[in-house]
Amino acid sequence: MEIWSSPLEEGRSQAVKAGYARSVRTKVLFIFACMAALLASLICAVGFGPVDIGLLDSVRILIDHLTGNVQDAIYDHFVWEGRLPRGLLGALTGAGLAIGGCVMQSTLNNGLADSYTTGISAGAGFGATLAFTVGLTLATGMYAIVFNAFVFSLVPTMAILLISRLKGGSPLVMVMSGIAMMYLFNAMSAIFKIMADPNDLAALYAWQLGSVSSCSWDDIALVFVTVTLCGFSLQALASRINLLSAGDDYAKSMGVRVTALRNACLIIVTLMTAILVSFTGLIGFVGLVAPHICRIFIGADNRYLLAASAAMGALVVVAADTAGKVLFQPYELQVGIITAFLGAPLFLYLIVKTKKTSW
Amino acid sequence: MKIAIDSLTCGYDESHPVLRDINLEFDSDDGLICIIGPNGVGKSTLIRCIDDLVRPTKGRVTLDGRDVREMSRRELAERIGYVQAISASHGSMTVFETVSMGRYNRMGWRMRTEDLDVIDKAMSVMGLGPLGGRPADELSAGQFQKMMIARGLAQCTDVLILDEPTSNLDIRAQMFVACLLRRLCRTDKKIVLMICHDVNIAAKVADKILILSKPGKVLAFGTPGEVVNKENIREAYGVECDITEHEGRPAVLIRSDSV
Repeated sequence: MEIWSSPLEEGRSQAVKAGYARSVRTKVLFIFACMAALLASLICAVGFGPVDIGLLDSVRILIDHLTGNVQDAIYDHFVWEGRLPRGLLGALTGAGLAIGGCVMQSTLNNGLADSYTTGISAGAGFGATLAFTVGLTLATGMYAIVFNAFVFSLVPTMAILLISRLKGGSPLVMVMSGIAMMYLFNAMSAIFKIMADPNDLAALYAWQLGSVSSCSWDDIALVFVTVTLCGFSLQALASRINLLSAGDDYAKSMGVRVTALRNACLIIVTLMTAILVSFTGLIGFVGLVAPHICRIFIGADNRYLLAASAAMGALVVVAADTAGKVLFQPYELQVGIITAFLGAPLFLYLIVKTKKTSW
Repeated sequence: MKIAIDSLTCGYDESHPVLRDINLEFDSDDGLICIIGPNGVGKSTLIRCIDDLVRPTKGRVTLDGRDVREMSRRELAERIGYVQAISASHGSMTVFETVSMGRYNRMGWRMRTEDLDVIDKAMSVMGLGPLGGRPADELSAGQFQKMMIARGLAQCTDVLILDEPTSNLDIRAQMFVACLLRRLCRTDKKIVLMICHDVNIAAKVADKILILSKPGKVLAFGTPGEVVNKENIREAYGVECDITEHEGRPAVLIRSDSV
């Protein structure tokens, strides 16, 4: 039998091609469905809040502004300087955290990997704790806390890279190093919290829950550039990241520089997550769960999974932020609470109910 | 096409090399080459050295006269296919997606018809056709192993090295895979090196057998008729056996009182 020279029967070959085309179509449709839902949730985010504008009026205000035909300056300001930037920051943050979680899970072959297990969030939390409790900041002005969180979130990653260099960059070494750094930074934060003034603690607590409620267009621009650059860089590496799931030896045999790839992914994800966390605080759950929800529907091919996770993460954060604004009025719940509170049961439901098949 | 191994010494701890001063030559006319030997003797290390997955402490491996360490990883991936023994979980990757990894160096973002044909043939020949959409981590150990072999076949390389590709397969599937690889050598003039723990499968199917014995040295390399004998089995495995002949090839019967 000459396996490579014998032609396949026409019907069989067509079935494989049709199956492949159907599989790609399903994945692309899922991504577009998430993006459509994201757009709808962004319009809801603009329309709903303590002051209801309504969906149609929200769209009209947005269009009026874009066409230079502003009819109500107060509402225009309200939407364009308040709700829209907030919605966009939520979308960008969700997208970035989900991409980061997805890449960490794939490169470390660990479904629990995200910015928490790699210590990034704990580092950022420690930076913020220093700023809130003892006023120790590495910069002055309005970005003092942001800068503190950013710098300290890089420390665990540097430690992971150093330990990986000494012990070989296996996924297990990296995850264990990350978890060790997480506990270390959490313990250091706890020491400062014990000695802190109650008012400072309240402010720190609010930051740790994560929020996208206060931001400017300058913040949006920085976050947009960060997420776009990092997201596209990681998307370009997606095929290589796929090979890591088959084990380091196999990936290496296929021409992948495994340690360099893993380190590059960790550095890109850290930079992106650090900048996001610095602006929004610790929004948990999204980075962990958004990629898993997408895997249930479209499988683990990172070429499609990264885009899907980005759209899903953005959708989850924007929807959660909107829910936090309207569900418990006059109070407003931080987005981190809502993502965990609504997202966790949904995720559990999907785990139990969904059968895993791709095509 | 030729793989030459010159004075190869290799190990994971410099003071205790696994392989010691190995000299070998594999040619595309050799047919299917089975590597046998006791546990820990360096069979996997040898094939990992050939694919430059482990660097030797001394000596070198050349492919058509070029040191594999001087070839780029991509170039090596286009020449040598590697089917590993133990694999990581493939997450939620489907069988089709996993087998298509073998085409990584040849395809772009979308698969061409040619890639789809090769993947389909590789899956079909390994009996995985109906399982294309199933997640890899839901397969049985035997099906998983067939999937990894299919991925290696889909790579379409001049050299294919397989680390215990039949360890989880039933006897029919073991024979099928070994015969398939032998046909691949003969029709496509590939060099196929396969680590195998079943001496009788190796003796039945291989064109040549390489026996490694402790401490990491070549005990014998030749046709089954030349190398499968009582003395070599005793030297390699420390067991007594009887050798009989079946279908013109040696068959090994281990004596139970020798273990």
